[in-house]
Amino acid sequence: MLEIGLSHYLTVAAILFALGICGIFLNRKSVIVILMSIELMLLAVNLNLVAFSAALNDLVGQVFAMFILTVAAAEVAIGLAIVVVYFRNRGSIAVDDINLMKG
Amino acid sequence: MIVQALAFYLFSFILVAAAVMVISARNPVHSVLFLILAFFNAAGLFVLCGAEFLAMVLVVVYVGAVAVLFLFVVMMLDINLLQLREGFIRYLPVGAVVALILLAELLVMLGGWVMVPEMAPSAIAATPAPETLTNTHALGQLLYTHYIYLFQVAGLILLVAMIGAIVLTHRRREGVRRQKVSDQIRRRAEETVELRKVPTGKGI
Repeated sequence: MLEIGLSHYLTVAAILFALGICGIFLNRKSVIVILMSIELMLLAVNLNLVAFSAALNDLVGQVFAMFILTVAAAEVAIGLAIVVVYFRNRGSIAVDDINLMKG
Repeated sequence: MIVQALAFYLFSFILVAAAVMVISARNPVHSVLFLILAFFNAAGLFVLCGAEFLAMVLVVVYVGAVAVLFLFVVMMLDINLLQLREGFIRYLPVGAVVALILLAELLVMLGGWVMVPEMAPSAIAATPAPETLTNTHALGQLLYTHYIYLFQVAGLILLVAMIGAIVLTHRRREGVRRQKVSDQIRRRAEETVELRKVPTGKGI
């Protein structure tokens, strides 16, 4: 219990990932909270990578985690820009209103 | 050892609690603030793992840039809070069921791995962390040699994201006088300057 190993980190990451999934389901109305849930899931993945990197003594996991950070930052920037443009055009960011493309 | 365990439990408990608050807070601003708390605690977990550089990157990039970006957007947009909360209770069962199934799957996989240690891949570390270097030094040596192309591509992705965000959110307003350099260069003296003969004692 007091010996913190790989499995402890993996459990925390699994809980975090499940919470992210849950957040996407619960906040079906708000794009911003969905983006935040995606951030939580990416954080869980990063936690997994770093924990494995520390456990296996392999630095590549941390390099990969850094690339994931990069892509996540780019994704958030583009996603929020789209949200801002959409709000400017329609005056709402509710997911139900996003049906211009009839998807 | 006990300090490490206590720190781990403290960080992970606050992390999970903050994540719960992120997805259940009534106000999106509170969600963003709890997201910042979650990022700080994840950085603490990274430090416990020995990944100091990534922890600092997490604080600088996520707390300093991404979360502030979220905060700006949430405050800039005039969101109807009541409308956002519709359907929260309705989707709660299905969301909880899906999340629990996923969590159970992950934990079953993890449990099998813990109980049967032979299942763990006996990975030979491809690039072991050098004992004498700090984490940042070792990561830099790896990133700027073996992963230089990927590193450059990551920079390109950030550049494309930056240009894309600017192009998306930039808008041309009507009635604003702007400097058009091409028009300025294209001007000729014959088109714009007109010589008139002004009679003495009279105006034009």
